[in-house]
Amino acid sequence: MSVGEAITRVHRAEWARVVASLTRRFGDLDLAEEMTAEAFAVAVERWPTDGVPPNPGAWITTTANRRAIDRLRRESRRDDKQQEAQMLHDDVPAEPRGAVEDDRLRLMFACCHPALAMQARVALTLRMVGGLSVPQIASAFLVPEASVGQRITRAKAKIKAARIPYRVPEAEDLPARTTGVLTVLFLVFNEGYLSSDPAGESVRSDLTLEAIRLTRLLHALLPTDGEVAGLLALMLMIEARRPARVSATGELVSLDLQDRAAWDAALVREGQALVRARVAAVAAGDGRAGRFQVLAAMNAVHTSARDVTDTDWSQVVRLYDQLVRLDPSPVVALNRAVAVAELDGPEVALALVDRLTLPGYHAHHAVRADLLRRLGRSAEARAAYETAIGLSRNRAETASLTRRRDELAGA
Amino acid sequence: MARYLMSVFGPAEQTELYGYPTREAMEESMAETGAFNERLQEQGCFVFADGLASATTATVVDGRGDEPVLTDGPYLESKEYLAGFWVIDAPDLDVALKLAAEGSKACRGPVEVRPFAVM
Repeated sequence: MSVGEAITRVHRAEWARVVASLTRRFGDLDLAEEMTAEAFAVAVERWPTDGVPPNPGAWITTTANRRAIDRLRRESRRDDKQQEAQMLHDDVPAEPRGAVEDDRLRLMFACCHPALAMQARVALTLRMVGGLSVPQIASAFLVPEASVGQRITRAKAKIKAARIPYRVPEAEDLPARTTGVLTVLFLVFNEGYLSSDPAGESVRSDLTLEAIRLTRLLHALLPTDGEVAGLLALMLMIEARRPARVSATGELVSLDLQDRAAWDAALVREGQALVRARVAAVAAGDGRAGRFQVLAAMNAVHTSARDVTDTDWSQVVRLYDQLVRLDPSPVVALNRAVAVAELDGPEVALALVDRLTLPGYHAHHAVRADLLRRLGRSAEARAAYETAIGLSRNRAETASLTRRRDELAGA
Repeated sequence: MARYLMSVFGPAEQTELYGYPTREAMEESMAETGAFNERLQEQGCFVFADGLASATTATVVDGRGDEPVLTDGPYLESKEYLAGFWVIDAPDLDVALKLAAEGSKACRGPVEVRPFAVM
């Protein structure tokens, strides 16, 4: 392994841990981020000649800690000498592993605090926990670097000025706050799963993989939280299908037409195992399955089927019924109708779809178009495809809708 | 401990019922707000709280010149104006937000939570 690869690996493995431990120690997110970045810059400078240290993570932590103390000492020369002495006394804190992991959890909860705007939560989490640079985040979300930089700076300033606490929430708030963290991670994943950039890549594996990495971390920190396990399982089984989701000609391939041999079997197995463990836990009385667990269970049904005709659609519809009870939104009802079409036919499904009010939602028109096509109502199907094409922002999806519309002409 | 301003808003000119549908509704809300203030005091969070007269009764004074310049009405043009506020002490934002939620319920309006600057 080259020194460059070693630094990249240490960066992935240790960034969040170092930022988190410095934040706890110095109570300043800004300082923690800057000094951690500086420690890695020193590594880039020194390791090629000095060699990679035997414990690179500890080396980065020590370097970042020393730099933070130097900075504080410079800034607070006029301040309390005693405080300075105390900081020097505790030069390299030997933290028990459990407490260090708690630090990263604290960091996640602070970055995903509900008092911050959603875009700020996403940017801050990717920077502080994910270790992505501002240019990386900007290019991932197709926004100017200056905007991302400003979002992160403002969020850090708010955390400091408004005293957003750096701690794991109390038991009574924990489920809701964990859901908040999961929402941020799922948003990152979804932007990668179906990019909203009409000119760019249709599937952004950089974002899906980063979301999975962070959700794995959260699952390791909160192993008994069913929704965290559910989201991880969901992401793994969706990611498993990535090789089959876009055709050679750049079209989005729907689940029924995907080459299932191209799915990543290891990811499918891992996702299904997490679902099985959750089903067993819920059956044993460990709470009720939330939204992500139900979605993961659905994906387990899909990934267990040899092909689309082999799918247990009655099980899928049952899971949708469960999901509707948790989330009675029209988007969920639309997805349920797609499953109903497989179980009870397109006519029943169309009646459900036509009852929904989803103005401007491309998938509503795309689903209607497909159902109308299956019922032989070509003129109406064409109009619905046109509307869906006009509303979709994803290139691969537009290509798929256009092909389906053009196939109508021959019919 | 950190100090926070919790503000509530209302129209430029308050009506006799301060926007409440009935006198009973107003009295009920005032009683709940009073009880909330007592809880703040018991928890050691209370610094100050009061309601303001209509924004139209405000006067802006610019004393930077030789003679102060007076302008009738509030400083900022807005749809809604500061109508009342609490100043509270809380250990962190999570506690402040919980208190703001209670205050909002009691006074029947949204509450803005803003930290004081620490110099």
